[in-house]
Formats: sequence, C-alpha cells, structure tokens
Amino acid sequence: MRYLAAAKLVWFLALLLPGVAIVSLSVGTVSIPWSQIIQTLLASIVGIEATQTSSIVLDIRLPRILLALLVGAVLAVLGAVMQGLFRNPLADPSLIGVSGGASVGASLVIVLVGGTVASPLAGLSLISFGAFIGGVISTLVVYRVATSGIGTSVTTMLLAGIAIGAIAGAFNSLLSYFSDNQMLRQISVWQMGNLGGANWLKVSIMLAVAAVLVAVLPGQAKSLNALLLGESEARHLGVDVQKIKQKLIFLTALGVGVSVALAGLIGFVGLIIPHMVRLLIGPDHRWLLPATALAGASLLMIADSIARIVVLPAELPTGILTALLGAPFFIGLLIRQRGEF
Amino acid sequence: MSIVADNISLHLAGFDLLRNINISVEAGQVTVLVGPNGAGKSSLLKVLTGELNPTQGAVWLNHRELSNWEIQDKANVLAVLPQHSELNFPFTANEVVALGCIPHATGYAVDQKIIADALQMVDASYLERRLYTQMSGGEKQRVQLARVLAQIWSPNALGEQFLVLDEPTAAFDLAHQQMTLEIVKQFSKRGVGVLMVVHDLNLAARCADNLVVMNGGVIEAFGSPDKILTEQLVEKVFEVKATISRHPTANTPLVIT
Repeated sequence: MRYLAAAKLVWFLALLLPGVAIVSLSVGTVSIPWSQIIQTLLASIVGIEATQTSSIVLDIRLPRILLALLVGAVLAVLGAVMQGLFRNPLADPSLIGVSGGASVGASLVIVLVGGTVASPLAGLSLISFGAFIGGVISTLVVYRVATSGIGTSVTTMLLAGIAIGAIAGAFNSLLSYFSDNQMLRQISVWQMGNLGGANWLKVSIMLAVAAVLVAVLPGQAKSLNALLLGESEARHLGVDVQKIKQKLIFLTALGVGVSVALAGLIGFVGLIIPHMVRLLIGPDHRWLLPATALAGASLLMIADSIARIVVLPAELPTGILTALLGAPFFIGLLIRQRGEF
Repeated sequence: MSIVADNISLHLAGFDLLRNINISVEAGQVTVLVGPNGAGKSSLLKVLTGELNPTQGAVWLNHRELSNWEIQDKANVLAVLPQHSELNFPFTANEVVALGCIPHATGYAVDQKIIADALQMVDASYLERRLYTQMSGGEKQRVQLARVLAQIWSPNALGEQFLVLDEPTAAFDLAHQQMTLEIVKQFSKRGVGVLMVVHDLNLAARCADNLVVMNGGVIEAFGSPDKILTEQLVEKVFEVKATISRHPTANTPLVIT
C-alpha cells in the first residue's frame, strides 16, 4: 500500500528544499551560522556590499549549491521519465548511452588537448564541451540503432545502450592506458563526478535546461502513465507514442548531457530517487515527476554538503558520496521488495 | 456505422497471416471471432484496430479510413483490450481505470463516478485501493476490462463506439464469464459495436449476433450462430467431433464434445 498521500509529499519536499539549501550554505571549511546566511542572502538582494562572509556564501557556496540542486533535480526527474518510458523501474537516465559517451568525450579532451586548456567560453572547460558532445553523439547512435520504419523499440534501445556503454568503457580504458599520470588522475577525478567547479555560468546553463524540462514534462505526465500499460495500450488511449518517445529521449539527452558536462558522472540519483518516491506515493507521473525533482535536488545538496565537510580541509568528489549513500539504500529497497513479489 | 475490413491481407515476416478478409462489425451488435490457435484472430483484431497496417486492403471506421483518424479522436470511439497487458508498476485499480478516462477527461468528479461505476460493473469495487501488481490474474483482467469500459462509458459526438476485446474471459471463473456476457450485451444495447475473440464456442453462441469462424488466415464462415454452427464446420475447423444440440433455456446452439 501507499505510505503517503502524493500532494503531502510534494508539499513536504518543497518546504524541505529551502531548509536543506540554508544548512548546505552554512556548512563547509568555515562554518557560518544560519542567521548570518539568511542575513547575507537578504542583504545581497537589496545590494549591500560584500563582506568576507558574504563572498564565501555568495561567490563560492551559493553557485555550488544551486548547481547541486539543479543537477539533482534534473537527473532524478529524467530517471523517472526513463523508467516510465522503458516501463522498467530499474532504468536509469544513463541507459540511453549519454554517460558513456560523455566520459569518452571528456577523456578524449583531457588526453588530446590537456584538461587545463581554456575554452572559448570563460568559466566552462573544454572538458565540458567534450563531455556534452560525446553524450549527444552516443545517444544519437543508440537512437538510430533502435529506430526503424515502424518506430523506436525501447528494448533495442536498452540493449544498444548497454553495447554503447561497453564500447565507451573500452575506449576509456584505452585512453587511460595511453595517458600519463596527471591525465590519468584528471580522468578518474572527472569520472567521480564533482560539483567543485561550480560557477554562475554553469548555474545559468543548468537553470535554462531545468526551465525547458519544467515547461515540457508536466504535459507528458498523463501520457507516461498510459505508457506504463504498454505501447499499444497507450496508442489505443490516444497517445502518440513515437512522438513522445522522441521528445523524451531528446530531453533526456539534453538534460543528462548538460548535467554530466557540468558536474561529471553523478550516479544513483536518477535510479534511486524515482524508485524511492514511487514506493511512497505510487507511479502516477503527475505527482511522481515534481516529487522526484524536489527529492533529487535535496539529496544532491545533502550529498554535496557531506562531501565538502567529511574530510576537512580537503573535500571528496560528490559522485563518491551519492554512490556511497545511494547504493546501500537501494540494496535495502531490493531486499524489502523481495517479499512483495 | 461500422468497422469494415475491405479485402484485407496481411503478410508478416514471410507468412500469410490473413488472406482476403471481408467483414463488417456493426454498431449495436456483438460480433464474436472464433477459431483454432494461430487462425489469425489476434492479427485480424490488430489490423482492425490500427495496430498493424494491412499489406493489402483497407479498414474503415465509421465510413472513414482508419489511418485518417486523429489518434485522439479514435481513442474516443474505439476501446481495445489486448490479450495480455503487462503492467509492472503499482497503480491502484482506481488509477488503472482512470487511465481509461484519459481520452475524454471530463473532469475529476465525472471521471471518478465513471471509474467507480466501471469497477462495480466488473465486480471489482473491492479492489479500488488495492495495488494492481498484487492482484490475481482474474482480478487484473477485470480491472483492465473496467479500464476499456471507462474509455467508452458515455456516447461520443465523434460517432458510434466500438469495444474490441481479445479473449476477455481467458482468466475468468464461470461467474465472471457470465458477467462479461452481460456487460457486452448491455453495451451493445446502448449502441456500441462489440468485437471479441472467445475460445469457448458455447459462450460465443450465447452472446454473438454474428459469429466469425476463422481458420488458417481466412474466414471459414460468417453469420448468426444458429445458421452457421454445424457439426461439419466444427469438425473441419477445430478437428474435433462434436454434437450440436440446443441450450435448454437460452435456446442457442450448444456444442457438445
């Protein structure tokens, strides 16, 4: 049975979000009390000039936390979308090949041009461009393989995604094999996923992507519900299945591609959050989508805060924390589910 | 108004699944499709509902070619229950039936009334809050039946409505088989054209206005069960020796094997 009413959970998560954000802002190498955080935020809105505290909060922590919020929300909501589209609760946004392609793109840039070369756009490294392009190309390949005259087969996409993932893994190993120590370290740190390089440009790009998702996804919720019955059932309910697939695959490639480009590989958010929320409120996408977005945002902010303080004065890559927090939790869910089937 | 198959053939992967099929499913009548396994019944349903395109010939829904229908309009006049529906997500029965309301979406209160009535009609009111994934096979099938009933629960301005059911009674006990017959008759009285596949010849004879007997991708016989259900036909199509008698109360043909 359901444990919670859907609307209650969405409201709870919406109220939780600013709280988590403020706590995240207050923790770090320097601990800043909440009251001062709120003061600083209010002061910045009315334009009072910067103190040292306010520059830590506004220039260093705020962009990072907003990036965590946006990346977490986008990865989680796209996870829910992919699980719906593939009618498989174990699907993941990386399933369509984005992540594999992105890591090859990033590694290629690191090995061929060196990760430190500045890109034409200040604030964005060339690695980000490489990752985004790699992610988009591999998604296109997966999509083309699975699409024939009669439409796109999600089963074929799933298998092609696995194949592309394997090829990407091999390429990555190859690139690692031929790189020197410094490159090797860069590649592996990038693959761990890190929000450390956050800046306002990255936040704005991510915000634009999130805005597109907010504009388009709510309109697809009912169709996604119908799709859970099966593709032909959905067609008989008046859903243009092929059009929806194209739209959602495009949005996922965009959202995950940009997230990975800006924050590296951050695993488990897209897999676990939708799963967890579904256990609480059921599979109705009209509630599932907003709830997963909010929960993903909070979770990644929490994980990133822990990453920033757990080994002070150094910090851990965020991706390590999401996997470390997420995977055991997921195993717990699986063990609990055994009894229900 | 009707669904008309105009000289349909279907070739798939090197096989002739359907050959030169001509039938007309009339609104307000119950048309039952029978035939041995692999006769092409499901293929014919798929072609008639637009799920597969015929290799040759055309399908007409209410005098308009099926491929020219807007997919949303079509969903308001044609409700289809496939043989197997795999739903692995824990919707409640209420939510599953609500999916049937997507095409007309008349508003929350009206939809909830339709959902409750449809569930009651298939004897599944007690399942309303239960999770689909935890139901028995027969319960699942009843909930799916309620879903397609909800889809065409009220008449629609777009034209006469049709209900297509592929083996709706496969997982049902005797009582729920009878219930399905009653539902089908009730909808056909309202003017809905019903087309369904049934394996039990006696069940088919009880409710069919028209019986379509298929074998090897062609129509072997078409007409009222009274006229076409003969011992020769049963032996030829199903390869079973049978005696045809009369049902003592309903006075429909009774096939005894």
